[in-house]
Amino acid sequence: MIFENLADKLQNTFNNLKRRGKLTEKEVELALKEVRLALLEADVNHKVVKSFTERVKNRAIGEEVLKSLTPAQQVVKIVYDELTSLMGGSAAQLNLSYSPSIIMMVGLQGAGKTTTAGKLARTIKEKGRRPLLVACDVYRPAAVKQLQVVGNQIGVNVFSQEGQKPVSIAQAGIKYANQNGFDVIIIDTAGRLHVDEELMQELVDLKTSFKPQEILFVADAMTGQDAVNVAASFNERLDISGIILTKMDGDARGGAALSIREVVGKPIKFAAFGEKLDALEIFHPDRMASRILGMGDLGTILEKAQQAIDEKEAAQLVQKLTTDDFNLEDFYEQMQQMKKMGPLNQLMDMVPGMNKMKGQADFSAAEKEMKQLEAIINSMTPKERRQPDLIDASRKKRIANGSGARVQDVNRLLKQFGETKKVMKQFGGLSQKGKKKFKMPFFN
Amino acid sequence: MGFFDKLVSGLTKTRDNLVKQIKSVLSGKKISEELFEELEEILIGADIGVTSTMEIMENVRERCRQEKVQEGSQVEKILQEEIRKVIGEKTELEPPATTPWVIMVVGVNGVGKTTTIGKLAARFTAEGKKVVLAAGDTFRAAAAEQLAIWAERSKAQLIRHEEGSDPAAVAYDAVQAARNRKADVLIIDTAGRLHTKSNLMEELKKIKRVISREMPDAPHDVLLVMDATTGQNGLSQAKVFKEATEVSGIVLTKLDGTAKGGIVIAIKRELGIPVKLVGVGEGIDDMQNFNPDDFVEALFS
Repeated sequence: MIFENLADKLQNTFNNLKRRGKLTEKEVELALKEVRLALLEADVNHKVVKSFTERVKNRAIGEEVLKSLTPAQQVVKIVYDELTSLMGGSAAQLNLSYSPSIIMMVGLQGAGKTTTAGKLARTIKEKGRRPLLVACDVYRPAAVKQLQVVGNQIGVNVFSQEGQKPVSIAQAGIKYANQNGFDVIIIDTAGRLHVDEELMQELVDLKTSFKPQEILFVADAMTGQDAVNVAASFNERLDISGIILTKMDGDARGGAALSIREVVGKPIKFAAFGEKLDALEIFHPDRMASRILGMGDLGTILEKAQQAIDEKEAAQLVQKLTTDDFNLEDFYEQMQQMKKMGPLNQLMDMVPGMNKMKGQADFSAAEKEMKQLEAIINSMTPKERRQPDLIDASRKKRIANGSGARVQDVNRLLKQFGETKKVMKQFGGLSQKGKKKFKMPFFN
Repeated sequence: MGFFDKLVSGLTKTRDNLVKQIKSVLSGKKISEELFEELEEILIGADIGVTSTMEIMENVRERCRQEKVQEGSQVEKILQEEIRKVIGEKTELEPPATTPWVIMVVGVNGVGKTTTIGKLAARFTAEGKKVVLAAGDTFRAAAAEQLAIWAERSKAQLIRHEEGSDPAAVAYDAVQAARNRKADVLIIDTAGRLHTKSNLMEELKKIKRVISREMPDAPHDVLLVMDATTGQNGLSQAKVFKEATEVSGIVLTKLDGTAKGGIVIAIKRELGIPVKLVGVGEGIDDMQNFNPDDFVEALFS
């Protein structure tokens, strides 16, 4: 069931077709067959797949194949562009222009509303506003308590009332906010099924009573074909203002994003990548497009790399590469920068083609090995790190003892370092010619 | 309401439900390529997945050829039989010969693990069994409180530690307590975790190891809770959780919505994990044994 990179697959489909000129209907049909499967495997609703590929087909036939691309790549590019523009569109900002601004969180059970409400409150607080969380989930056992704990963790007040109906809790919460100078009110509601008439009416009542500027539909990125039914029902009843996709840190391809977007036509405003309360991110349509197509999330990995690597340090590193005085201190430094980018397996998820390897490669072992390398380098003297050639048999023994490793491990590290140095020299030459900002040779 | 009624009522609530669709596709039609394609779409729309759908439909086509089927309506029976074949025999939760019966409950975030445990506990206490619950979700805010409320509702006992403590230690204490108190059933809750987080999957393995060390044949059951709205990712979930904890069965929750839960068919086909229970509502009695005959019949009746 492991999904091949769509681009690779298409390449096979078209392996002998290296030609220029316009895309023919036959070529487009052939390519779209694979695209259709990719979208279905990614949980895009089958009706959405149909209408979407139909549009792409009409756009693609007769289109000039760019010089640098094969016909297959050209079709993928059109699909990718179309996906990106479909999921992007108008600027997805939160409307917080009122004082107080009211935000209402809605969605199915277990989508992650309460955790997301906390993340949102934190994001808003960091913008310099004073958010108040209002606990209107009166059904799920301990839901109010959960919101209180979350509020406590992020330093945001939580308003709750025992034994009241959601509308009166919200009313009292807004009054409390006005009296105490809170200017953004986030109402957490209970999860509910879109077919539960009574509970859907409760949301409508909340909306009519308080006219929130934002009604955010919280959707699990792992949702399958049913996403369209759920999103359409919530939108019909509430005319939602935007979508937040949760659990994006899993390996679901997230086709629900496309389905929901297509069906309700509302912007996806945020993506949530974890259970920690700082992980609400702006939604990037281009990254989502490549993720849905199974082509990895290159944008995020590049950004992570950029964040982790100090540009000045990177420039110095490149300098060193070309002048051949790359030493173990730099090697160590590189390892630290890689660590800043996050756990290896999470990074590998984002690299195209790499998610195939998951399950085969044991990343925790790789991380253990990195720890050992670190310990070994830490047991060297500064002089040894700068001049690894100095390290003879007796020094090796001392270093091994100091780091709890074996002499073989020290040898292996020195050998690896030698190889890396060689590779880096090659890359160094390349990157000077190509004027690339930085390279990550350790990724080999 | 019985399981069948609930399933049927859940399905009839659906605007474009599978049954109607298949009926309309099949009624009065002759067999054609178009008909097969429409059926394929319906299966994919139920989250059965491309690969499993293709295989099931391939078998249906083959049988239609061999049995020289002409009428669309006859295809229904064949399709039903083929899906039924994939799902396999009925498999219920079976208590082991000795007590306590240790059940560990796992799954990704938000699928309904704690609610499932509450319902299971209520079912066992109603059968006159003595039940102990272990609050092994020490991570999520107020998870233990949530389980405590379910323990009270279902008249089960609860073992809990502080928030943020080691879940394996909770499991250890719970096994001791269940033994000392001569409980019939011990159900261990665990924090929801995405299967892609290897450190959290290691934690799950550790919990299981600690249980087995204290009681060599335990846990007797590891139930993977899965939300019926789950798409193709469910397969990846099932695979990783199975590797980590030898999942013995699936609890398919939230079947009272419009989602069909078809991913369990793909899971059974690829990994052999059977569905044992289904959740059809938030009430304490809204849990039923999974009955494959009823399940398939509800899809086609």
